[in-house]
Amino acid sequence: MSKWDISDMGSWKSSQFPLGAVIPDAGNSRDYVTGGWRSMRPYRDPETCTQCLLCWIVCPDSAIRVADEKIADDTFNFDHCKGCGVCANECPVEAITMSPEGCELPGVK
Amino acid sequence: MPEQKTVATTGNSVVAEAFRQCAPDVVPAYPITPQTTIVEEFAKFVAQGRVHAEYVTVESEHSAMSACIGASAAGARVMTATSSQGLALMWEELHIASGMRLPIVMANANRALSAPINIHCDHSDAMGARDTGWVMLFAETAQEAYDNTIMSVLIAEDPEVLLPVMTCLDGFITTHSIDRVQLMDDESVAGFVGEYVPQNALLDTDNPVSHGNFAGLGGPYFEFKRAQREAIDRSKAVVERVGKAFSDLSGRPFALIETDMMDDADVAIVVIGSTAGNVRHVAKQMRAEGLKAGVVKVRCFRPFPHAELAAALSSVKAVAVLDRAESFGAEGGPLYLETRSALYDLEHRMPVVNYVYGLGGSDVKLELIRSVFDDLSDIATGTPALHGPMYLGAR
Ligand code: SF4
Ligand code: SF4
Repeated sequence: MSKWDISDMGSWKSSQFPLGAVIPDAGNSRDYVTGGWRSMRPYRDPETCTQCLLCWIVCPDSAIRVADEKIADDTFNFDHCKGCGVCANECPVEAITMSPEGCELPGVK
Repeated sequence: MPEQKTVATTGNSVVAEAFRQCAPDVVPAYPITPQTTIVEEFAKFVAQGRVHAEYVTVESEHSAMSACIGASAAGARVMTATSSQGLALMWEELHIASGMRLPIVMANANRALSAPINIHCDHSDAMGARDTGWVMLFAETAQEAYDNTIMSVLIAEDPEVLLPVMTCLDGFITTHSIDRVQLMDDESVAGFVGEYVPQNALLDTDNPVSHGNFAGLGGPYFEFKRAQREAIDRSKAVVERVGKAFSDLSGRPFALIETDMMDDADVAIVVIGSTAGNVRHVAKQMRAEGLKAGVVKVRCFRPFPHAELAAALSSVKAVAVLDRAESFGAEGGPLYLETRSALYDLEHRMPVVNYVYGLGGSDVKLELIRSVFDDLSDIATGTPALHGPMYLGAR
């Protein structure tokens, strides 16, 4: 989380905002939840996956989780995955499939 | 007191001299007539090692102002110059510079806008940019262009302001004519403008910040615009304060509006830029012939000095506003609209008439100005005022 406390921003007056819409902190894109833009949802089949990590490299939103040098079981960070499908397109063994948001997916409730 | 030397030179050369003396860190620039010799001279100063600035040659004015914005956000003191189509090409960046609250200083050599193409003086370029959030100063002479440029740096960088400043001088008339100018010594100018201490500099890696952010629907965009309005309102006192300090240093007067023969004036002309000199000259002639004529010159157009203008004009019987720019479809030119609005709150409102003059550098002959005073004299004695704008001297 950003060091910058914006929890009560909704009540700020014009004079309380930082000059010229500057954000007085770096690395704040983590706090900007963009997962809501997603219309397609990726699913990784762990049986097919060979752990080549290519999807982790190509994801433009760094939304694929890795733990112990392996794709994590809890693969996708849906706070930031925008459903672009790049990972599914690039996976050499077609272990990732894309389905419309709201449909029933294996392993997704 | 500073050492001052008197020279005979052009407006552009003294603006370049002022740039050098204010020691900008970065000057991104693109040439355009009649501004070119400003950046040409400045480039020469850089080549000679007489100023240590990063001089960035860009491929357009769009890029020039973009580079200014980047450099200013990085924490540099930034200056540039443009004119006419160049200013028009900067349009979106003008808003970004003011919205990001970047204290960029830009000289603008006032020139007509195409079409038809024309390289000569009028104020259409600057007046077109009057709502972009920049503080705007206008010079009558090369001396004022020099003085305004130096003052602009302090005004822009004032913590109460932090807005870009445009310092305008009339194309060819002021930019290229040889004029008598007093130049200050380098140390005095350096001492006056001081060192720039940027806020939120991108190059301050100990305090990383993010510039150019998003404030969309439901976000605080509206509040940021309000903050900008408050800043330009505050800038009025800062322009006055800096003007006073510079006036004390240089011995030359400065005011948001400059009045001549207004104490007992019956009629007055409101004007901006180089034509003020002609108007003053004719006003003196009219006085000799018995008409109590006065002149009000607006030197600071943004923020507009409404109260000062109303006070200066409160007891005259008729006012003429000379606009060297159009506001097509409006009731009159930009200066007229501001002036009429400023006078609305007066207890006794007088007739205010509008003349558009000198577009595309068309000659502003003394007899044309005389005809305006003649009209005013008639209106002051009961002739109904004509609805304008009237095109002064146009066939
Ligand atoms: S769909 Fe796009 S954003 Fe989501 S994990 Fe795959 S590559 Fe990343
Ligand atoms: S690209 Fe495909 S095979 Fe490689 S790690 Fe990702 S899901 Fe597994």
